[in-house]
Amino acid sequence: MMKILNGRGARGAATAALVVALGAGVLAQTTLINGAGATFPYVIYSKWFSEYNKLHPEVQINYQSQGSGFGIQQIQKQTVFFGATDGPMTADQMLAAPGKILHFPTVLGAVVPIYNIPGVTASLKFTGPVLADIFLGKITKWNDAKLTGLNPGIALPNTDITIARRSDGSGTTYIFVDYLAKVSPEWKTRVGVANSVNWPVGLGAPGNAGVSGLVKQTPGAIGYVELIYAIQNQISYGTVQNLAGEYVAASVESVTAAAAAAAGKMPPDFRVSITNAEGKGVYPISSFTWLLVYENPKDKPTAKVFVEFMKWMLGDGQKFAAQLGYAPLPPQVVQLELAAIAKIKLQ
Amino acid sequence: MLRRPRLFLSDLIFRMGTGAFALVLVLIVMGIGVVLWQESHLAIQKFGFAFWRTSQWNPVMGEFGAFPFIWGTLYSSILALFIAGPIAIGIAIFLSELCPLRLRQPLVFLTELLAAIPSIVYGLWGVFVLIPIVRSLQTSLPDWIRAIPAFSGPPVGVSMLSAGLILAIMVIPFSSAVAREVLKSVPASQREAAYALGSTRWEATRAALHYGRAGIIGALMLGFGRALGETMAVTMVIGNTPKALASVFAPQHTMAAVIANEFVEASDQLHADALVEIGLVLFVITLLVNIGSRMLIWNMTRQRSGSRRPAAATPAASVPGAA
Amino acid sequence: MIALNTRRRLLSNVMTTLCGLAVLVALVPLAMILFFVIAKGAGSLNWAFFTELPKPVGETGGGMSNALAGSLIMCGIGALFAIPVGVISGIYIVESRSRFAPVVRFAADALNGVPSIVIGLFVYVIAVVPFKGFNALAGGLSLGIMMIPLITRTTEELLRLVPGSLREGALALGATRSRAVFSVVLPAALPGIVTGIVLALARIAGETAPLLFTALGSQYWSTDLSQPMASMTVQIYRYAQSPYDDWHRQAWAGAFVLVTVVLICSMLARLATARLSRMKVAD
Repeated sequence: MMKILNGRGARGAATAALVVALGAGVLAQTTLINGAGATFPYVIYSKWFSEYNKLHPEVQINYQSQGSGFGIQQIQKQTVFFGATDGPMTADQMLAAPGKILHFPTVLGAVVPIYNIPGVTASLKFTGPVLADIFLGKITKWNDAKLTGLNPGIALPNTDITIARRSDGSGTTYIFVDYLAKVSPEWKTRVGVANSVNWPVGLGAPGNAGVSGLVKQTPGAIGYVELIYAIQNQISYGTVQNLAGEYVAASVESVTAAAAAAAGKMPPDFRVSITNAEGKGVYPISSFTWLLVYENPKDKPTAKVFVEFMKWMLGDGQKFAAQLGYAPLPPQVVQLELAAIAKIKLQ
Repeated sequence: MLRRPRLFLSDLIFRMGTGAFALVLVLIVMGIGVVLWQESHLAIQKFGFAFWRTSQWNPVMGEFGAFPFIWGTLYSSILALFIAGPIAIGIAIFLSELCPLRLRQPLVFLTELLAAIPSIVYGLWGVFVLIPIVRSLQTSLPDWIRAIPAFSGPPVGVSMLSAGLILAIMVIPFSSAVAREVLKSVPASQREAAYALGSTRWEATRAALHYGRAGIIGALMLGFGRALGETMAVTMVIGNTPKALASVFAPQHTMAAVIANEFVEASDQLHADALVEIGLVLFVITLLVNIGSRMLIWNMTRQRSGSRRPAAATPAASVPGAA
Repeated sequence: MIALNTRRRLLSNVMTTLCGLAVLVALVPLAMILFFVIAKGAGSLNWAFFTELPKPVGETGGGMSNALAGSLIMCGIGALFAIPVGVISGIYIVESRSRFAPVVRFAADALNGVPSIVIGLFVYVIAVVPFKGFNALAGGLSLGIMMIPLITRTTEELLRLVPGSLREGALALGATRSRAVFSVVLPAALPGIVTGIVLALARIAGETAPLLFTALGSQYWSTDLSQPMASMTVQIYRYAQSPYDDWHRQAWAGAFVLVTVVLICSMLARLATARLSRMKVAD
């Protein structure tokens, strides 16, 4: 034993200790934060995490985009630090979690009806009831009278309508069926509103990406995805009639208009629906999307790092929204949220 | 030497030492069964056997009827067997009996290559190549055929047929390799006797087939078992729709595919347990098919003199390493 | 009489042709798959593919470097677990003269037929839930479990092929059983066993289902075994389901890499077994 403590032995041990300490120090500096959930905002989250990593290389945020249902489940089980969903957690789901979970809106987005009709590239007009009837399986051909009536100038073929919907628990589904329930009493009673519903008809695909892919590859298909997925993949999408009777296309402006009314009366837990909102120029299938974080997270060091990210997200981060087709949060919401972030217990 | 041979201490240690590792293997198999049973008890308790008779799979409402999955699994696997069976046997016959010797090695290599392709690559090819083919096949069929229930439905592409075709392609090399082994283990005397009686090539082959029929059935069953459990290639082309439908062109679902799709986000315990119960039944079914087929094959190959695969190591053997 | 004979000969020729056709029919999809994989994948392979991380959603470019590393790491972990268990179980089955040996053989056959998704479920319960998170170690474990029966099988067959004279010679010289096995029999069977291990690795390198709920996936470079890790197969799966053409391109490239690896391993294994059998004949 004494031999180790003098001469070469001591120097060797000191070097080893130094290397280990340095190694541990390097490892300690990189914070890996795991999150999971919605595919609806995945495009902008992916951009945010990448941009934030450029500013702060020691912060790596690993996001598994596998649907809101997945995000809710993982945050309940605490296998991830944060969840993401566009369908707010239900009271039951929040009770099932070991601690109180807070919702933080990040950005606004739109769900658009996408379609793949051979020979038709124009933007079709849809009304709420017609969309509901299509997804209920009552309108089965593209040249159905109800559709040709809305779109007189467009030659719709006698092709079967194939419905593409989400196979996984999805906030995008929530937003879409929330809207359908408001415009179609039959939808409300027959199918209902949730992250995952009992679809009367349709092919399931996972994630916004899956539905986009399915519609893109299947002639005669119709589906519902977040706007950016339609744009990035050059898939045709239609306009939807709002409460004021106008046929509005999803855009940063029309989505911002949808949030205008809600911004003034935001509930303290931020869980609010803005589908089928009143007003002019409003896109009726718009929604907030939320991050889910525990009020009292177990991992305090990670929480500190993540809170810094959230503050950046509410500030500089919002600038990335518009170029990706999402609408930035209204300023009043940002202020309310900065105050709410302070509630996260960091000690 | 009629007394049982003495066990030396080092032999005992050898047996214990190697046995410990072998025990891990056995424990894993038992562990799978036990774990699956435990994790599915919520669903088993709640639904019992009705689980498998009901057709409504609606996790949101808490309705879990698993009939569509067993329908889809059996439908796709039997369809695959129908397509792959004759082809696999044909290949086995050709490569073991009728093939010119020079071609044998490269052809065997090529069929093995089919087996080596990863299932995700099959799935990728299925999505981008097979599905459009099935879609155009469907649209080119005359209307009177498409009026038959088994061939009805809109030309979506993702369908039972796509799944059956991909499974068939994946199963062919598997079954044909085993069938070839079975045919190789048919004693030469059988064929020689047939030729001596003046048979043609085919008639001698028929005699060999008849002799090895148990093993051939075993080979087909092994392929069937493989098709039952295949996940990735199937889930990418079958449409993932939990409905039991007759049409071969309709999107449907299988047991393996539903677990792959829904397990990661089964947020309520009942849903997760229901999926694990499906996994448990899949485990048991594939186990039974696997064991049944191996028994058929080993029974057959054991009869061959100097067989390469003796049935079991018997403790009474006094000559170590008896082949 | 003559008509009957001609008929029989005709039938024989027809059946021969049909069987040959069966071989062709099986080769058609093989040719198609290889064609598409090479046509769509080979062209997309570039330096970036092997060295860069995936780009944010919707942007083109980037690569699968983390998935490549992840697959290598998890296959390595699997091999680390499976080789000792598999080889020694094979030794136990053949050499231990124990009544328990047939049970082990049965278990190996049983495990061979277990669907990979079921193994994923099993490993999820024992290695993901207790550790409160998806992790690469669980992924490697599930791959290892799939390798075990393959390795056990190969070891068993090759040990049986070793001539009894070798064993008897060792024992006659006074070696204990373990000495005879590890110093004489095993080295004789070793080349074949190594070939079998390489083939087993090639086989599980292409597995996807067991990784879906064990290692999950990641967009970052990670060698941390306690965290989710990307893998080639899961990444290809995700890309294939997406609508992005660039991701499709990368999926094909990944498929090309996988198929090439498997092809090379299969050919090496074939060469090795051919040389082995030639050596045995020369003996």
